[in-house]
Amino acid sequence: MKIHEYQGKELFRKYGVPTPRGILALSPNEAEAAAKTLATPVVVVKSQIHAGGRGKGGGVKLAKSPAEAKELAKQMLGMKLKTIQTGPEGQTVHKVYIEEGLAIGQELYLGVTLDRATSRITFMASREGGVEIEEVAEHHPEKILRETVDPAVGFLDFQGRKLAFGLGLSGPTVNKFVQFCSALYRMFMETDAALVEVNPLVILKDGGVVALDAKVTFDENALYRHKDLLEYRDIAEEEPRETQAKEFDLAYIALDGNIGCMVNGAGLAMATMDTIKLVGGAPANFLDVGGGANKEKVTAAFKLILADPQVKAVLVNIFGGIMKCDVIAEGIIAAAKEVQLKIPLVVRLEGTNVEKGKDLLRNSGLAITPADNLRQAAEKAVAAIQ
Amino acid sequence: MSILVNENTKVLVQGITGSAGSFHAKQMLEYGTKLVGGVTPGKGGTDFEGKVPVFNSVADAVKQSGANTSVIFVPPPFAADSIMEAADAGISLIITITEGIPVNDMIRAKRYLQGKAVRLIGPNCPGVITPGAKCKIGIMPGHIHKPGRIGVVSRSGTLTYEAVHQLTQLGLGQSTAVGIGGDPVNGTDFVDVLKLFQADPETDAVIMIGEIGGSAEEAGAEYVAREFTKPIAGFIAGQSAPPGKRMGHAGAIISGGKGTAGEKIKAMEAAGILMAASPAELGTTLQEVVKRGAPKKNR
Repeated sequence: MKIHEYQGKELFRKYGVPTPRGILALSPNEAEAAAKTLATPVVVVKSQIHAGGRGKGGGVKLAKSPAEAKELAKQMLGMKLKTIQTGPEGQTVHKVYIEEGLAIGQELYLGVTLDRATSRITFMASREGGVEIEEVAEHHPEKILRETVDPAVGFLDFQGRKLAFGLGLSGPTVNKFVQFCSALYRMFMETDAALVEVNPLVILKDGGVVALDAKVTFDENALYRHKDLLEYRDIAEEEPRETQAKEFDLAYIALDGNIGCMVNGAGLAMATMDTIKLVGGAPANFLDVGGGANKEKVTAAFKLILADPQVKAVLVNIFGGIMKCDVIAEGIIAAAKEVQLKIPLVVRLEGTNVEKGKDLLRNSGLAITPADNLRQAAEKAVAAIQ
Repeated sequence: MSILVNENTKVLVQGITGSAGSFHAKQMLEYGTKLVGGVTPGKGGTDFEGKVPVFNSVADAVKQSGANTSVIFVPPPFAADSIMEAADAGISLIITITEGIPVNDMIRAKRYLQGKAVRLIGPNCPGVITPGAKCKIGIMPGHIHKPGRIGVVSRSGTLTYEAVHQLTQLGLGQSTAVGIGGDPVNGTDFVDVLKLFQADPETDAVIMIGEIGGSAEEAGAEYVAREFTKPIAGFIAGQSAPPGKRMGHAGAIISGGKGTAGEKIKAMEAAGILMAASPAELGTTLQEVVKRGAPKKNR
């Protein structure tokens, strides 16, 4: 689950990670009032959306007066902010965060996430702050310092010092940086974060260490034990169908093609999308109905797929493992009738009782095209919309 | 022979009285798996289906049933604890089916297993099956399998079934099929399983099925290029997946431009693995690579 920068900073402060002072504003007037309250010569007006690259997209600007903050907020609120992470349509800005301007000495990068190769939490730090860390990682991997945390003892002070000296820090700043890292690690573990990124982390002219940005995502599997964090969820930032899918316990991702897909198993669902592309079509979604694939789930899945106006045909690909194909076919037929399916439906079933299942589909009185294998199913779905 | 599990495997089901645990315990019994016990804290002393004793702890179960392998169906909040309990009780192979275990729990569990003589498979996996030994441990449909000499290793459940089903239809049986699971922190990766297949005289060729996210496929390919001497076919799911979106499995995500299907396919092809263009061609690709014979090794 992603959260906004202002929410991430709220958590930072709770755990003792230093951040600039800031106030959330939902209107230009609130932005003006916030700038007055902060009373610094310069404030920063920052669009709050769940995507990175806001600065380059024009979503972060400096204001030298409360009036200017109001004007900038007016421009940003309601605009479709396009960044490298939002996709071509951009994302609507509903909130801005007004923050005090600080005397910045140096911009660094600090990230905390899982290192899959070692199955441990890893700190990554770099002098190249404020830029795309992926590019640094790609072209100058030596510029990224890493410290892997042993879960038995947690993040240790000496690891913080290694990073600090590696970043070229000196004097009292070193210990401030170590404390910053320790606090960040505590927050990461106690909230079951999946990623915490501070880009940039700034060293102030007075030697202070402050998180100028906060990108925080949480492990969805651990949210059951963090009911308080659920309040940070912002449904306006999510794709509506993906939100709906979660309610049905379906894994759904919207894509931009026109062949709707319903598959059991995540790997097979991806492979189905790939096969549609391979034969010249374009998948409209990723959808995993899970192992059960009963009538209720299939009906919910059909509704989700058909809610996308781009969908011109549906491909169902189910490998009937423990569940028999005739039972699955009955579920598909009942669901197709319930949603009054009007576009072509291609179904590929495999597994126990597959012939019985195919007969049921053929004799259903519905316009269902059975297919023998996945490639043929994809070809039939592509042909159906031409 | 085979790898990981065989006729001497005595299985314990942790979470045997839950809905998934009891359903699949029945299926395993029907297949012929030597199910010697179940564990559900508080239900010790009862039995399952009139033939499998239920214990309060894994330690009790090991002592009284002689179990050496455990399969875990315990719900996600308690699954990591169950893994550690099994390791503490001296179980040597722990197969975790549970999907949705928090990452931090798995990090701790994996640390706990370090240095112990135990192997973890999964979590979030279909399990392990050796058809020739009638040993099915997990949730895979037993009837699609056939005893034989092809090894299967995969990160995805239903894609494993696809591969196995196609092999069986072509008359090619399987030595052992292993699902390593779709989570970012798991116990056993491709390299581990490929090493076992390499050493198994009853495995002649292997199908390796990966997906986007992480670098386990690249590590597997590196191992194949270096040491693997048997014919091997492969497939990667997720060529059409957009970056930054988690495709069902917690581990299936392209982040920071890393873990793409393209990179993985390139690495596997370079290692001499014959790649299937679509999942409909898993079986025929294996047939083709067997016909061509094993790649020559310089070392």
